[in-house]
Amino acid sequence: MQPLDLGKPNQQIFSDTLLKLAEEDRNLLVVTSDSRGSGRLVAFGKQLPAQVVEVGIAEQNLVGVAAGLAAAGKHVFAVSPACFLTARGLEQIKNDVAYSDQPVRLVGISAGVSYGALGTTHHSLHDLAVLQAINNIDIVIPADNFETRAVVEAAISHPRPLYIRLGKKAMHHLHAPGTEFVIGKALRVRSGDDVAFLATGETVEIAVQAADRLAAQGVGAGVLSIHTLRPFDEAAVLETARRVKAVITVEEHSVHGGLGSRVATLLMQAGVTPALRIVGIPDEYTYTGSQQEIFAHYGMTPAGLAATAEALLAGQRMPV
Amino acid sequence: MQIPELERKSIEYRKTILSSIAQAGAGHTGGSLSCTDILNVLYNAVMRVDPHNPNWAERDRYIHSKGHSVEALYTVLADKGFFPAEKLATMGRGGSHWVGHPTRKVPGVEQNTGALGHGLSVAVGMAIAAKQDGLTYRVFTLMGDGELTEGSIWEASMSAAFYQLDNLVVIVDRNTLQITGRTENVMALEPLAERFTAFGYAVRTVDGNDVAALVDVFAQTPFAPGKPNLIIARTTKGKGVSFIEDAADWHHHVPTAAELATALAELDQAEQRRQERYATA
Repeated sequence: MQPLDLGKPNQQIFSDTLLKLAEEDRNLLVVTSDSRGSGRLVAFGKQLPAQVVEVGIAEQNLVGVAAGLAAAGKHVFAVSPACFLTARGLEQIKNDVAYSDQPVRLVGISAGVSYGALGTTHHSLHDLAVLQAINNIDIVIPADNFETRAVVEAAISHPRPLYIRLGKKAMHHLHAPGTEFVIGKALRVRSGDDVAFLATGETVEIAVQAADRLAAQGVGAGVLSIHTLRPFDEAAVLETARRVKAVITVEEHSVHGGLGSRVATLLMQAGVTPALRIVGIPDEYTYTGSQQEIFAHYGMTPAGLAATAEALLAGQRMPV
Repeated sequence: MQIPELERKSIEYRKTILSSIAQAGAGHTGGSLSCTDILNVLYNAVMRVDPHNPNWAERDRYIHSKGHSVEALYTVLADKGFFPAEKLATMGRGGSHWVGHPTRKVPGVEQNTGALGHGLSVAVGMAIAAKQDGLTYRVFTLMGDGELTEGSIWEASMSAAFYQLDNLVVIVDRNTLQITGRTENVMALEPLAERFTAFGYAVRTVDGNDVAALVDVFAQTPFAPGKPNLIIARTTKGKGVSFIEDAADWHHHVPTAAELATALAELDQAEQRRQERYATA
């Protein structure tokens, strides 16, 4: 396989796409909590200052104000680091947005361990778990620039509250031209019938690189980009899991309550039981370092994922 | 609506509130009675709403931030014709949307509330949108005084002043009681007017159980151009029924059949006195 081509950070694609949309739609507003810099929205703020509502470092107010603006007919993107947005602002997300059915687009930036060595205060390893437990908010975690652009464009007409989770590092291009993106429909990035990687967000490209290594060794490894956690593409997951001997889920999130848990509950209840490994951040004091170093520590590298696949296919059990 | 009719409505609303709570077997009795006159004046003398067109773009918005005194809100909305009064009998029943805190499933309710400290931020968002769109609607929100210890209130207050939201009218139901006891003993709020003034509001204090005083103070809004309006409505929790007034125990105490009968008789006497007063005048 050819090496993957490197693109831009998804957050950059988000802000570029949003600026284009906002130039055409004066009802499109960005609500920020002193987060224009980290959200790469400085250019947006300079070009369309009337379409930015700044609330200062106040995530509860950020979400509540966004809900009020949406209730009044505005097309609202509330942008804040995922770690603060989905923790400090959680009750507002639950009540003011989801329960009240106000179609706010919440954008969690620098999600997962994007902030790396800044430490656990700045990590969001809980957001998918808490939001999956709250009714009426869709959850999208784009893997590359294409998925990011597509979800931001789709978000404008999305009828329900939506959470978009973004990271800050440059991402590799994963999809062929002409690929169609639909919220709630997983995208197949690689095909293979021995093992399947079900990955989400910035870990998809790692899974693809692992699959390519395995393919070079004669192991058929498929990869699904599960960019949408809600609505969850049960059909694609079941169809994939039925064809392979082993499933490995990969996510930049706690191993509890995220993609892996979602897949495991689906497969167990459907009676589809290939060997299964949930790869993510374990329940421990998180290893310190950059995003890349944290990934490496927890085996979230092409080599690490390939080794996990080989072990599962060899019938080895790993400690849970 | 004229003052005598507003006064009559307040008595009638209190009877409906008490009967509904007794029938449902649950409800926030004290807080509903303390804010009855405020909601009465807002919906019958101040706000621009159309019960037959509840989503009218230029309607005034009301956010019930204190959430828990929903029985007062349901009573007023039913009287205005947002939904049939029979719906009040479904309060708290399985499958009913008339639950113990407001939801948008109930016609006329703008936002789901009940967790304290949320309504003001939502109101700020609506008021910013009105300014941006050049629309003249106003946004009203009612907060309980116990609610004011939520930090989010003060986040929202900063933004209300920063965006110069003189189309925002914030009312505090200052009944001085919360579930544990006096607000000043649980977590002191005073000097409340000075605190709100320092946060950038134009502040007025009014007798929040006097409909004439309420009509007068709302007529004075905006109090100052470019400043959000804040009205400290001094109220009595449980207002209108002697044994419920100013008693923390009645925060969500439900009247027994005997208590309800006594309370309704007191309110009937109040109506009798009201009629005699105007007959004499």
